[in-house]
Amino acid sequence: MTIKEVEQQIVEEFSIFTDWLDKYEYIIELGKSLPIINEKGKDEKNLIKGCQSRVWLAADYIDGKIFFTADSDAIITKGIISLLVRVFSGRTPQEIIDADLLFIKEIGLEENLSPTRANGLLSMIRQIKFYAVAFAANKNS
Amino acid sequence: MELYNDIEKIREQFPALKQRVNNRELVYFDNGATAQKPVGVINLLNEMNSGVNGNIHRAVHELSARSTILYEGARDAVKSFINAGDRGEIIFTSGTTASINLVANSFTSTFINKGDVILLTEAEHHSNLVPWQMACSRSGAELRFLPVDEQGNWRMDLLDELLDKRVKLVSVAQISNVLGIINPVKQLIDKAHSAGAKVLIDGAQGIVHTRVDVKELDCDFYVFSGHKLYGPTGTGILYGKKNLLEEMVPWMGGGDMVGTVSLEKFSFAELPLKFEAGTPNFIGAAALGEAIKFMNSIDKGFAEKHEKEVESYILGELSRIDGIRIYGLGKNKIPLFSFNIEGIHPSDLAILLNKMGVAVRSGMMCCEPLMNRYGVTGMVRASLAVYNTMKEAEIFIESIKRGVRMLS
Repeated sequence: MTIKEVEQQIVEEFSIFTDWLDKYEYIIELGKSLPIINEKGKDEKNLIKGCQSRVWLAADYIDGKIFFTADSDAIITKGIISLLVRVFSGRTPQEIIDADLLFIKEIGLEENLSPTRANGLLSMIRQIKFYAVAFAANKNS
Repeated sequence: MELYNDIEKIREQFPALKQRVNNRELVYFDNGATAQKPVGVINLLNEMNSGVNGNIHRAVHELSARSTILYEGARDAVKSFINAGDRGEIIFTSGTTASINLVANSFTSTFINKGDVILLTEAEHHSNLVPWQMACSRSGAELRFLPVDEQGNWRMDLLDELLDKRVKLVSVAQISNVLGIINPVKQLIDKAHSAGAKVLIDGAQGIVHTRVDVKELDCDFYVFSGHKLYGPTGTGILYGKKNLLEEMVPWMGGGDMVGTVSLEKFSFAELPLKFEAGTPNFIGAAALGEAIKFMNSIDKGFAEKHEKEVESYILGELSRIDGIRIYGLGKNKIPLFSFNIEGIHPSDLAILLNKMGVAVRSGMMCCEPLMNRYGVTGMVRASLAVYNTMKEAEIFIESIKRGVRMLS
């Protein structure tokens, strides 16, 4: 599946929710069910600090693809992270650089990515893109 | 004048409270960050922006004269409101932060030397910490901190020991924006004075919830913001004792703060203009006068009784929630509650409350050292104002319970 296809799949999953309550319950479930980073990865180096919540992001570059693991101390943030990891992990740097992430808006979660939220998610996406650019540059050099 | 003693009558004056958020009636419990504005304030801002806009103190034309009257009238209103002795003691600034920075620059450069000590508490807002850290790095002075106990009360038992002869200035919040306890400032001021130190009181929260009389407090400086007191953003006050302000050298130069100017030198204007360089936010300042009119229109006895009722209800209900930790429990508390619930991240709860139409604050609240003191990375804070109702308090409690159910 391409990134666009995974995004479309997530949009479809979310289309069954008619109110905010169900949607957030689902995100909370996603957050709870995913121990997505090991304790070793939760170090200072991988920490993205926000005023509201903290996010850890680790990236491994294997056979031309980037694998992300991430975590947060806040469960809603973690739920949204798990969606981002699902979209981005196992992709080539170029795919990541080209991704537009419109699905976040389509599933009605864009407010959580606004700079005012200071929850580290926006910085996390920037960091994901930064890793992609860095690995792409590495490959070409 | 008849005073307001009916919450609905008070609420009617606040258009922002009538809106719906996320399809629900707004419950605005983030007043510690900023309060909504009554129509008197909004109307004066509109009137001045659409008509009475002439730069103050400068021209003979009608618009300038009218804005000067409104601006200086607001100064008189502030003076009476805090019972200052002289209008020269009331300096308009852009807010609490600007007022503290003014003192941290002007007082420090005049009175603080290498080896002197500035005493704060460990519960100060960043705006009553960082300016002093900066002042210390300029002057070579040192900072010292009065600790708070587990409940958030000042450790008054340690005060005498900390207040030695090296302490030249004490700068503390009357009410911490996290703990919501009315601190024993009078006692501290008296002790500091006996030890030969001057005292600045950060009244950002205190001016809203207590009756402030600077003569009775005998503080040397009292600072607050307009926007938490139902006034416009970008307005604030520095009250300072006249003899101190007269000795202090301004940290900003420019128009309106001068007597005479030649190419080589200048002389200072008289107080208060000496500290008001440049065109001030005169429209905002004038509207702050309206906010004070609003404060004066409320039956204080009624407001205090009402706040107390809502406060005890919320405190009682919160205490019954499993795993809750409330920070700031003391004899004299304002309706401001910072808390954490075991296993629940503050931002998660705040996000869900927002979805239920309830506005609260979450995070570090500009008090990172205090967060470290309690070993947390954030808290949830609900802070109420005079217009909040018991019904809103009930919605708030129900919403927390619902949020907790979703998150556990």
